[in-house]
Amino acid sequence: MTVTTRLRSGETRTAGVAPSRTRRRRVASLKAFLYVAPALAFSLIFLIVPTLQTAWYSLYDWNGLSVATWAGVQNYIDIVQDEQLRDSFMHVGVLVVFYSFLPIAIALLLTMVISRAHALRGMSFFRTVLFLPQVIASVVIATTWLSIYSPNGLLNTLLRAIGLDSLTHVWLGDFNTALVSVGFVGTWLNVGLCLVLFLSGVGNVQPELFEAARLDGASGLQEFFGITLPALRGQITVALTLTVVSSLKTFDLVYITTRGGPGNSTSVPAFEAYNRAFNSGQVGSAASVAVVLTIGILLITALIGRLQPKDTE
Amino acid sequence: MKLSLGEKLVTYLVLVIFAAFALVPLLGVVITAISPSSSTSGFRMPESIELGNFVEAWDRGHFAQYIVSSVLVTVTVIVVTTVLSVMAGFAFARLKFFGSNIVFFVLLAGLLLPAEAFIIPLYFNLRSAHVTDSYWALILPQIAQSLAFGIFWMRNQFMSFPGEVIEAARLDGATDLRTLWQIIVPPSIPSIMTMCLLVAMWTWNEFLIPLVMVTQDSLRTAPLGLAFFQGQHATDYSLLAAAGIIIAAPIVVLYFFLQKRFISGMLDGISSR
Repeated sequence: MTVTTRLRSGETRTAGVAPSRTRRRRVASLKAFLYVAPALAFSLIFLIVPTLQTAWYSLYDWNGLSVATWAGVQNYIDIVQDEQLRDSFMHVGVLVVFYSFLPIAIALLLTMVISRAHALRGMSFFRTVLFLPQVIASVVIATTWLSIYSPNGLLNTLLRAIGLDSLTHVWLGDFNTALVSVGFVGTWLNVGLCLVLFLSGVGNVQPELFEAARLDGASGLQEFFGITLPALRGQITVALTLTVVSSLKTFDLVYITTRGGPGNSTSVPAFEAYNRAFNSGQVGSAASVAVVLTIGILLITALIGRLQPKDTE
Repeated sequence: MKLSLGEKLVTYLVLVIFAAFALVPLLGVVITAISPSSSTSGFRMPESIELGNFVEAWDRGHFAQYIVSSVLVTVTVIVVTTVLSVMAGFAFARLKFFGSNIVFFVLLAGLLLPAEAFIIPLYFNLRSAHVTDSYWALILPQIAQSLAFGIFWMRNQFMSFPGEVIEAARLDGATDLRTLWQIIVPPSIPSIMTMCLLVAMWTWNEFLIPLVMVTQDSLRTAPLGLAFFQGQHATDYSLLAAAGIIIAAPIVVLYFFLQKRFISGMLDGISSR
C-alpha cells in the first residue's frame, strides 16, 4: 500500500524523472483498476457474456438438453410469422398505453389542477400514499389484483353494489377484458409515480414565475403550457422512460394472473421468452424473442433520452 | 404564494381521490386477509377480525422458510454490493486509470439490460457449473445487477465530494484505500444507506431470477413462495392476502419510516442515469 501513497503529489516534486513517472502512473493505473475489477468481473460473467450468448442461442434450434442445430435467422422470421409471438408484441403495444401514456396524461392533467400542491400541508402524507404501490413486491400486487378481478372480488362486488350487475365480468378469464384488466394494473401502479414526479418538478419552479403570470392575467391553461409543462420536460422524459420500459418488461404480473391466457390473449414477449426457454423447450426461439425485446428496450431508452433537456437533472 | 381557499379545496379533493385510488386495492387486501377464510362468499366487510389467516398462511405456506431464504439472499447482496460499489464508485470518481471509459461503458450496459437479455444463457451456464438450485444462483446474478446501479450511485456521490479534503488527506500521506474508508465514506453514509434500501427492496421483491434459478422448495424466496402458494390455493383469497401482507410488510414498514429516502432515491437514481 505504501508504494503509491504519494502518487498524485509526486507530480509536484521536481526530482521526478520521466521514466519513473510513467512507471508510477502505470502502477497507479493498475491499482485503480483493482478497485473496479470485482465489479467488472460480476458484470461480465453474469450480465454481459450471457447477453452475447443470448444472441448466439437465437441462431439455433435447441431444446435445452440435446445437441443444438443451426437455424440461421429462422427464429427471427418466426417472430413475424408465428401468430402467437406476433400477438405478444402487439399486446405490449396495448400495455404501453396503459402503463405509460394514460398515467402520464392523467398525472399531467392533475398537475395542471394542483400545480402548487407541494406547498400544502400534508403533502408528504399524500406523496407517501401515492408512491406506496412502487415499493410493494410485484408478486403481491399481482395476487392482490387477481383477487380484485375474481368473480366475487372487490370490483364485481362494487359494480353490484351500485346496481351495475350487467357490467360484472370474469375480468381475467374473458378474451375481451383480460388484456385491458392487466393493463389497468399498470395504470394504477404508475399514476402515483408520475404524479409524485411531476409535483416535485413543479416544486422546483420559482413561485415568482406563477405570481408574475397571475399578475399578467394568465389563465390556468396559459400558466400550464407557458410555465408548468416546459418546466416538467425532464420529469416527463424520466416518467416516459420508466413506464415504457416497465411495460415492455411486464412479466411477473402476467405470470401470476393469467399465464398469457385466456388462449393467447395476454401473452407478452417476456412471458413468451420465459415459457419457451424453460417450459416448452424452444430455447432458440426464446432467445430470439429476448434479443428483439432487449433491442427494443435499448432503442426506446435511447430515443426517449434524446428528449431529455441537457441542463436539467 | 398564498393559495385561495377554493384552490386549496380542489387540490385536497384531487389528492384525496387519487390517494384513495392508490389505497383501495391495498385496503381490500387487508380486509380480505382479516376476513374468515372462504373461497365462495366473495368480498365483503368482515364482522369480526380474524388473524387466523396469517397463522395458517405462515404454517401451510412454509413462509418462515421462505423469509429465511429472502433475508439471507438480501443481506448478502446488500453487503457485497455496498463494498464493491463504494470501491468502484471511488475509482471512477477520483482515480485515473487506463480503460476507465470502456469499463464504465460495460457497467452502464449492465444498468440498461433487462433481465430477459441474459437470464436464459445464464441459467444454462450456471446449470453446467452445478450452481443452479443453490443460494449462489440467487445471490451472484443479483449482485451483478445491483452493482450496476450501486456504482453509478456512489460515483455520483463521490464526484460531489470536496476535492480539497481528499487532497489534504493525500498530502498527509494517507493511501487511497485509507482516504476512501476513513475520509470519504463516513460523511457519505446517508447516501450509502439510501443505496442499501433500494437494493434491499429490489432484491426482496425480485421474482424472475428465483423463479428460473431454483426448484427446491427450501431455497425459494418469499415472492416465489407466494407464487407457488397461489398455485395451490388459487381461490382462497383470504389466505393469499394474508401471505401477501407477510411478504410485503418488511419493505413497506421500512418505506413508512424512510419514505423520503425511498422516493428521492428511486427518482434521482433513475433520472441521473
